[in-house]
Amino acid sequence: MYDLIIIGAGPAGITAAVYASRKKMDFLVLTKDIGGQAAWSGDIENYTGYQFITGPELAQKFEEHMRKYNIPVKEGEEAIEVKVLGEEISVKTNKSEYKSKTIIIASGKRSKELGVSGEKEFKNRGLTYCATCDGPLFAQKDVAVIGGGNSALDAALQLIKIAGRVYLVNNTPGLGGDLIMRQKVEQAANVVLFNDSRVLEISGSQMVESIKILKAGKEESIPVQGVFVEIGLVPNSAFIKDVEKNEHGEIKINSRNETSIPAIFAAGDVTDTPQKQIIIAAGEGSKAALSAFYYLAQH
Amino acid sequence: MPKNVKVYSTPTCSWCIRLKKFLKENNIEFEDIDVGSDRERADEMVKISGQMGVPVLDIEGEIIVGFDRELIKQSLGLQ
Repeated sequence: MYDLIIIGAGPAGITAAVYASRKKMDFLVLTKDIGGQAAWSGDIENYTGYQFITGPELAQKFEEHMRKYNIPVKEGEEAIEVKVLGEEISVKTNKSEYKSKTIIIASGKRSKELGVSGEKEFKNRGLTYCATCDGPLFAQKDVAVIGGGNSALDAALQLIKIAGRVYLVNNTPGLGGDLIMRQKVEQAANVVLFNDSRVLEISGSQMVESIKILKAGKEESIPVQGVFVEIGLVPNSAFIKDVEKNEHGEIKINSRNETSIPAIFAAGDVTDTPQKQIIIAAGEGSKAALSAFYYLAQH
Repeated sequence: MPKNVKVYSTPTCSWCIRLKKFLKENNIEFEDIDVGSDRERADEMVKISGQMGVPVLDIEGEIIVGFDRELIKQSLGLQ
């Protein structure tokens, strides 16, 4: 039985792992991927110490830091069920089952889907949830970015540099997100902004050819070859049933990263901590590891 | 005879970076194709895989979309 199992290896999980390692805990990291959403981010200019770094580069730095401590990481193992059995916690994954005295849930968030006709059919056939990964394939092509928050602005800023025309389809009266990003997007010559607009349908034959939107009660078809869905995120918290969550499915934690169940801690975007930022997730990860360490010292 | 392996990827995709690292760690030689800068090869990737997501791995004509470690191990005969 381990002292600690960390679920997830994004900024929160990796930072928790570095701290747990320095406390000489007997622990394991179970994760679907490494870097989490940070690896999907475009340009990062607000992670202290780096005036400019890209998401994949920062994720790489995180991983190097973790590897320095020879931390046991099982990549490709996704948690399916977490259960408390008296003094031990069982974590079932897609491959195996593990037992631990404490756990830290740092499983992050994933992209929310639009839920419109054509979305599933055209996924990876022009429709994508990762501008950082797939953006370069749309050089000189006309694309649509769906959303109006920071993720959408980030995707739009990446695409402005490579794509032809970038249609930004936002369902609120004005763009959200950070002013500094909004200004860059609004000043770009190849951006066409549709506020108060909703996507109704994605269509095409083999690949995406157009989207249908509803603007002020009027339907309009826009010919595009790429659709980037950036309408927000949902927490990866379904594998743990008994813990208290808020209305968004985020795991409720207190200032010590404790959840409603003793010995279960949580950190990063999967929690109800306000503001989802890489630097916040990293800080929360360190707090969670220290809380787990002190919990074990007392029990 | 080592198998003929091609990787279609973009420099910014984290799964692509991980896939290539995995191949290197296993001493698998491969042709590294940047579909972000080469339009013709990008079209070729779409044609052989029927989709636009990266990475795409071509192992002697067997097409694997995404970093599917188990499938890749199987196809390359890795432990």
